[in-house]
Amino acid sequence: MKHHLIPRVVAKLTIPGILLFALYVQFHGDYGPGGGFQAGVIFGAGFILYGLIFGLQNLRRVAPPAVTTAFIAIGVLVFAGVGIVSQILGGNYLDYDVLAADPHAGQHIGILVVELGVGITVAAVMITIFVTFAGRER
Amino acid sequence: MILAIDIALLVMLAVVGIAIIRLRNLFAVVMLSGIYSLLMAGTFVLLDAVDVAFTEAAVGAGISTVLLLGVLTLTKSREKIPVTTPILPLVTVIVTGGLLIYGTWDLPRFGDPNAPAHRHVAPEYLAEATHETGAPNVVTAVLASYRGYDTLGEVTVIFTAGIGVLLLLSGSGVLRRRDPETPDEKPKSTA
Repeated sequence: MKHHLIPRVVAKLTIPGILLFALYVQFHGDYGPGGGFQAGVIFGAGFILYGLIFGLQNLRRVAPPAVTTAFIAIGVLVFAGVGIVSQILGGNYLDYDVLAADPHAGQHIGILVVELGVGITVAAVMITIFVTFAGRER
Repeated sequence: MILAIDIALLVMLAVVGIAIIRLRNLFAVVMLSGIYSLLMAGTFVLLDAVDVAFTEAAVGAGISTVLLLGVLTLTKSREKIPVTTPILPLVTVIVTGGLLIYGTWDLPRFGDPNAPAHRHVAPEYLAEATHETGAPNVVTAVLASYRGYDTLGEVTVIFTAGIGVLLLLSGSGVLRRRDPETPDEKPKSTA
């Protein structure tokens, strides 16, 4: 794909939009359709498009496999960590009411952080699987 | 109007499904499976399951198609013609399908307000979600707050699946590298 001008230009134009849309889906999940799963997949798709057009070497430079592999675990830890924090603050595991003085604000923070954890893990898994898949030679 | 769209979508689903079975060109099959997912996403929108449709479009039509294309670069692009006639698989599929269709007769009608799923905790969620969590999207409130444990479990499943695939895919590379006959053909990137 490296020598095809039109895909390169179109990818350069669309990748920022894709990543921005993923962030919108991520942080707008409270108000509309979407959430961590969808946002993670869209975010991963942006990186995969970059890898398809500009080559695996460049994708490895943008998202080093060591970093993406670590983020697979970081997402789960963020999610589970919210539960630990709510326990430390005196609530039940994953009870977001205690995260802030006002239960509504606490729920808002809890849902936001938990969805972020989901998004991180999903995006990291997608990118890592694509890189390992495409990195195999025949 | 909705009925016409329903029928059109389902007919197209059937056509795409049959085409996937008949075609031997795997590139076309991968593309058609992406189209199948997109049609399914449209069906989910008609069923008012926007979040599910979103996921289907992103995962089914997007990522799976790309991953299958990635597989296609590692294998041949035409399916081999099977040497045996698949009678036993056909019988198995027909019997299983018949049993599943028989099972649907006992399901409540679509949208039945007295269905068990709509009488258990759902009314409470719908009535209290906005008031209790402050999230206008009830789906998110249920997923992230009421059913936080389940979502944590799902993320753990994705984590485990990702690690498993990673181990499987990179494991063969480790074996290949240990083999003294073949030189290391995949040098690490300079970054």
